[in-house]
Amino acid sequence: MNTAPKKAPALISADARPVSGAWAAEARADAAARLADMGLPTRRDEYWKWTRPDSLISATPDMAEVFDYEGESLVFHAIDRLKIVFVDGVFDADASDELDGEGLEIERLASAAGKDIHWAKDLYGVLETKGQTPVVRPLAAHNTAMATDGVVIRVTGKVSRPVSLIYQHKDANSDAILHNVVRLEEGAKLTLLENGAAAARLSKVTEVDIGPGAEFHHVRAQGRDHDRQAVTHMFTRVDTGAVFKSFTMTVNGKLTRNECIIDIVGDDAIAHVAGAALGDGAAGDFHHDDTVFVTHDAVSCESRQVFKKVLKNGAKGVFQGKILVKPGAQKTDGYQKSQSLLLDDDAQFLAKPELEIYADDVACSHGSTSGAIDEEALFYLRSRGVPTHIATDLLVLAFLADAIEEIEDEAVAAEIIDRLDAWLARRRG
Amino acid sequence: MLKINNLHVKLEEEDKRILKGVDLEVPAGSVHAIMGPNGSGKSTLSYVLSGRDGYEVTEGGATLDGEDLLDMDPEERAAAGLFLAFQYPVEIPGVGNMTFLRTAVNAQRKARGEEEMSAADFLKFIRAKAKELKIDADMLKRPVNVGFSGGEKKRNEILQMAMLEPKMCILDETDSGLDVDAMKLVSEGVNALRNAGRSFLVITHYQRLLDHIKPDVVHIMADGRIVKSGGPELALEVENNGYADILAEMEVEA
Ligand SMILES: Nc1ncnc2c1ncn2[C@@H]1O[C@H](COP(=O)(O)OP(=O)(O)OP(=O)(O)O)[C@@H](O)[C@H]1O
Ligand SMILES: [Mg+2]
Repeated sequence: MNTAPKKAPALISADARPVSGAWAAEARADAAARLADMGLPTRRDEYWKWTRPDSLISATPDMAEVFDYEGESLVFHAIDRLKIVFVDGVFDADASDELDGEGLEIERLASAAGKDIHWAKDLYGVLETKGQTPVVRPLAAHNTAMATDGVVIRVTGKVSRPVSLIYQHKDANSDAILHNVVRLEEGAKLTLLENGAAAARLSKVTEVDIGPGAEFHHVRAQGRDHDRQAVTHMFTRVDTGAVFKSFTMTVNGKLTRNECIIDIVGDDAIAHVAGAALGDGAAGDFHHDDTVFVTHDAVSCESRQVFKKVLKNGAKGVFQGKILVKPGAQKTDGYQKSQSLLLDDDAQFLAKPELEIYADDVACSHGSTSGAIDEEALFYLRSRGVPTHIATDLLVLAFLADAIEEIEDEAVAAEIIDRLDAWLARRRG
Repeated sequence: MLKINNLHVKLEEEDKRILKGVDLEVPAGSVHAIMGPNGSGKSTLSYVLSGRDGYEVTEGGATLDGEDLLDMDPEERAAAGLFLAFQYPVEIPGVGNMTFLRTAVNAQRKARGEEEMSAADFLKFIRAKAKELKIDADMLKRPVNVGFSGGEKKRNEILQMAMLEPKMCILDETDSGLDVDAMKLVSEGVNALRNAGRSFLVITHYQRLLDHIKPDVVHIMADGRIVKSGGPELALEVENNGYADILAEMEVEA
């Protein structure tokens, strides 16, 4: 393992940053300054006490063998969508569709950043910066400074089919830094699909600005490569009457840290973030960390965090979730649920749910549990002739059900359930 | 069909003996009833027969059509034709009733080397059976037993029995919690399944159920044993006089 640190906390020099046009050069310089200010995370940081940042900040990534899908079609393959493909973080024009669609302006970050002025200026690194308080997220600032590509999407109306970002991993030593920016104008609607490991090591930031009455749906499947590592940040600003819904499926992966920072700024908005993570230490190390921060800064908004983990053979799950209700954010309905199903005594789940509330008329709750398969239910199923392994899988899927329910599109949900089912079938016993 | 021979059972975790030599034989095509005071071991007997964990058989055995039941996994017993309608049906959040039943029906078919039922055939089959038991479509879609009333849970047990078509049906207090009309429905459901190849062991506290499902033999269980067996008149005697006389007569401590 390579543990030499990246080039921070010293300022990442302009030479080291990707060549950019005026606006992006400035955004990257600001981010580099932010990073130099806060320093890279260390094991001593409270926010990183359960997930070691070392391998995420080493100068070069640990090697990650490319997963062999053995010809199996990738998730979402049957869904009509606009495909944009990155291989080890590099845009693949041949494999991608034309970058346009009804109600949609879409462009590569590399191209947008090369221009001297661009609408993405108002968002790129902007939501990230806002998300740095009250908790710093140095790896997100590093990403803003260093991201080589990604997509910038402006949605002006109802988009007929999902935009699908496909992150292929083909090089065992690749280190990808991708940054996406999405703006939904008033009343617009978009579904964003993402899948794949992207690289041996991935750093990804997605900034999503959801205008009044707009709807953003996000479904992500992180790649099955066992040794891959990923740190991802989703920063979103949710305006009046807007909807944000995000679901992530993670199976396998040596190290995953998914941060989701939600800022609800308009009244009557809805923000749901959910995840289903399945790890079997017998197939390779598995460490999955969901770190969520929801800020309510408006009246009558609803937020949901629904995170489920199924762990066995030394697999480890981490959840750090916070709901902050600012003064005046009355009639807030905030709910946080983080549960793990430990399939043996070896698995480990660490959870830190937090509520911080400065308004008096709110309903906020959190629940974090960790348990085994319900033996009564298992016997009931078996007594009807359902073999143990099938009964167990049914109960695991049942455990995951309320996270999966956060996926709006039925076809996408069915696809996710299929993949989860297949993973369970492969990892029986 | 079902033969239980000198069955002794204790709890696995503690030194508590519950069944103390049960002898019982239920021939093919017959209906036997078991009555007995609370805590006498009726449910334990049904659980041990269906293979629940937590019990240890210290002596004796049980066979279904000559096959050693106690040697099989619960799912194998089910595939061999054994069915237990639970005294307390289990709630399974997140698993749809329909999914559950289709999985069970097809798993049993597969275990018996039969072809799986197509989705369309299954739907037709379950709709017909549900209608007979006045189980509405909504109950089929909901998670297994979750939020079902006591009576709905019991009807759901009988629906499962009707779908799985077992040959040895054990009904553990299926009548408790049922209103008068539901009891009639359930009894009709059971009676519709009665045939020369199918047997029933009906555990109940009340004679009333046995008015609807006429038993061939009634057994009285007390302190982990069958202490008396007789015709349907035995149930009437219990209904009128309780267990005291029978137990005194058999010199069993109540
Ligand atoms: N898992 C267990 N742990 C402790 N005691 C048990 C357990 N299972 C059964 N018993 C005890 O064994 C005895 C028999 O219980 P069982 O449920 O078989 O009675 P029953 O005849 O079905 O009673 P009822 O008519 O009330 O349903 C009771 O004293 C009960 O408390
Ligand atoms: Mg009982």
